[in-house]
Amino acid sequence: MLSQLRPAIALTAIFTLLTGLAYPFAMTGLAQGLFPDAANGSLMAREGAVIGSALIAQPFAGAGYLHPRASASGYNAAGTGATNLGPTSATLIADVAARRAAWEGLNGTDAPIDAVTTSGSGLDPDISVASALGQSGRIATARGADPAAVRALIEDAVVPPLLGMYGEARVNVLRTNIALDAAFPIAPAGGE
Amino acid sequence: MTLISYLLYFAVLVGLAWLMAAWMARVYAGQLPAALRRVEAGLLRLGGVDPGRGMGWGDYARAVLAFNAAGFVLLYALLRAQGVLPLNPDGIAGMAPDLAFNTAVSFVTNTNWQAYSGEAQLSYLSQMAGLTMQNFVSAGTGMAVAVAVIRGFVGATGATLGNFWLDLSRSVLWILLPLSVVLALFLAAQGVPQTLQGAVVATGIEGEEQIIARGPAAAQIAIKQLGTNGGGFFGVNSAHPFENPNIASNLAQSLSILLIPVAFCFLFGRMVGDRRHGWAIFAAMAVMFVAGLAVIHGYEAAGNPSLGLGANMEGKEQRFGAMLSSLWAASTTAASNGSVNAMHDSFMPLSGLVMLVFMAVGEVIFGGVGAGLYGMMLYVVLAVFLAGLMVGRTPEYLGRKIEAREVTLAVLAFLSMPLGILVGGAVAATVPAALTSVQEAGPHGMSEILYAYTSATGNNGSAFGGWGAANPWQTTALGIIMILGRYAIIVPLLAIAGSMLRKPQAPVTSGTFPTHGPLFVTLLVLTVLILGALTFFPVLALGPIAEETARMAGQSF
Repeated sequence: MLSQLRPAIALTAIFTLLTGLAYPFAMTGLAQGLFPDAANGSLMAREGAVIGSALIAQPFAGAGYLHPRASASGYNAAGTGATNLGPTSATLIADVAARRAAWEGLNGTDAPIDAVTTSGSGLDPDISVASALGQSGRIATARGADPAAVRALIEDAVVPPLLGMYGEARVNVLRTNIALDAAFPIAPAGGE
Repeated sequence: MTLISYLLYFAVLVGLAWLMAAWMARVYAGQLPAALRRVEAGLLRLGGVDPGRGMGWGDYARAVLAFNAAGFVLLYALLRAQGVLPLNPDGIAGMAPDLAFNTAVSFVTNTNWQAYSGEAQLSYLSQMAGLTMQNFVSAGTGMAVAVAVIRGFVGATGATLGNFWLDLSRSVLWILLPLSVVLALFLAAQGVPQTLQGAVVATGIEGEEQIIARGPAAAQIAIKQLGTNGGGFFGVNSAHPFENPNIASNLAQSLSILLIPVAFCFLFGRMVGDRRHGWAIFAAMAVMFVAGLAVIHGYEAAGNPSLGLGANMEGKEQRFGAMLSSLWAASTTAASNGSVNAMHDSFMPLSGLVMLVFMAVGEVIFGGVGAGLYGMMLYVVLAVFLAGLMVGRTPEYLGRKIEAREVTLAVLAFLSMPLGILVGGAVAATVPAALTSVQEAGPHGMSEILYAYTSATGNNGSAFGGWGAANPWQTTALGIIMILGRYAIIVPLLAIAGSMLRKPQAPVTSGTFPTHGPLFVTLLVLTVLILGALTFFPVLALGPIAEETARMAGQSF
């Protein structure tokens, strides 16, 4: 063991420098040069202020906005977590039933599964197409907009599965809400 | 459509692994361009190593242990002292001793169990010089050991197992590092952060403030998948949109998890000099993998009848849905990776059963990089021995006799699994200080304990996340069990390799039991399943099987 101690310590030092410092620093330099937006967190700004990341869910409660999936960690992007409730958990079954009643009461249509369950990250930036379209009527009413026009905007925002077969079709909540604000501004007197 | 997408995925995986194996065979044989050889020679000279000096199994094992011990000391010190060290823009404090012990063991043993939450408890220096570095070298250690074990079975009588320092350096420099550079840049382009700036404070559209943690994530995530490490940059691991922002990033990472483990099957065939032996090992692993994947996919896509409304989306991300979450769950538990893109705790009971079985058989269904192949050699020894008993001949593998010493060592190595899972789990299920970790009432709580101890013993690192891993009892007990699960397999396997290498190679005759055909594949699969099933069936019945029967009776807890 002792005869192997010198190479053990020396190679630990060498690999720390090479893979622990040189490699991540080089990747940082390259990524910052090649894809600065993506490498800094896909941040979205409006009027010069950072309003969030396109990849990170933020809470929305207003009637004029798409609402994201429920988050076990309260949309905390500095301390993520999930419910981790098991499939036979009475808490899970009750929580889902409560979310379903609330969602259907608010939107007046049947809730899809993603709208009543919590995501894995607590920061899921997307909702299903069914959830987005199900919310379109409420959004149109709140914005005093044509329901067909709101539906069309949401349908334009759908990201399809990759190659038509990998992953689920989805709608990014923050991007779509920004587009909604641009297309159908909420009147200042609208009680915002 | 689902079938076509799976078939295309596996065709790409096997194709890439096949090419990878061709390159790996050249790397480990030293058939490298002169410039690369000069680099590795220079690096080893700095370390005071004579790469031409071959090692017997004892020296090889001592080198592995010395290197991993040095890595543990450095990582433990870094985690304890991170609060006063540079590259800490978010001002994160040093880690508590028990958590630092657990995390250091976890990364040195290639387990990457997360009792910590990255964005809240690790500085950028710890993420880079600590975890990213160990991601490389713990993977490199497993790959080196696997190559040494293969040499033991196929080398010329009286040869050595090779030089650990040389095998390790080649694994890191010419296999893991180039792949990681490509994958890290691809992920950064998809939206995985790679920045040294600290968290950003955003004011949301509705006026709520949100602190968004980020960091040098892409570089670490690339090697965490390629090296079957699995420890996340962020707490929720690959479910986090910053770790895994879209379908392209998910497919690239999912392929990376299985790439090197699958390639090791084909590398084995090449080193044996008869590729059919590599295909036989691959076939045995693939049969079990596909069967398990089908179960998980079936249950997750069908959904939880207690919730209704379709697929089981609790704990899953919308972009991945049931299919990509199931594929990942099967891959990460089979391959000893342990990263998750959906919360395993919330999967259906029998999906959890498959994940437990994948880990409990010792991570030999592709398994960790290198570790899967050398773990499977343990079952090969036992399968050949059983076949020998059945036909009444001295068992032989690749022309060498399998005798009492090898079988004893293989059984000794196998015993580490029941010791860690059953003894460790039984203690955790009875000691009050440990029981506070359990989140769920009913049989699911038993599954949580079982999952934690199986994951630690198999050096997997995934978890039923509701279970309190940060409890000091668990950080300490699981730390010890991760050491057991790693070295109580590596050392006996190297001893088997050393002992095989001393035996003469007999010519193959018509009386030799063929170890490359469908009959051998069947025997190998049955050996894995019977040993695994017989050993762990009673506890599986108390956990996931009891939960499934309760669920079918409409019971909740």
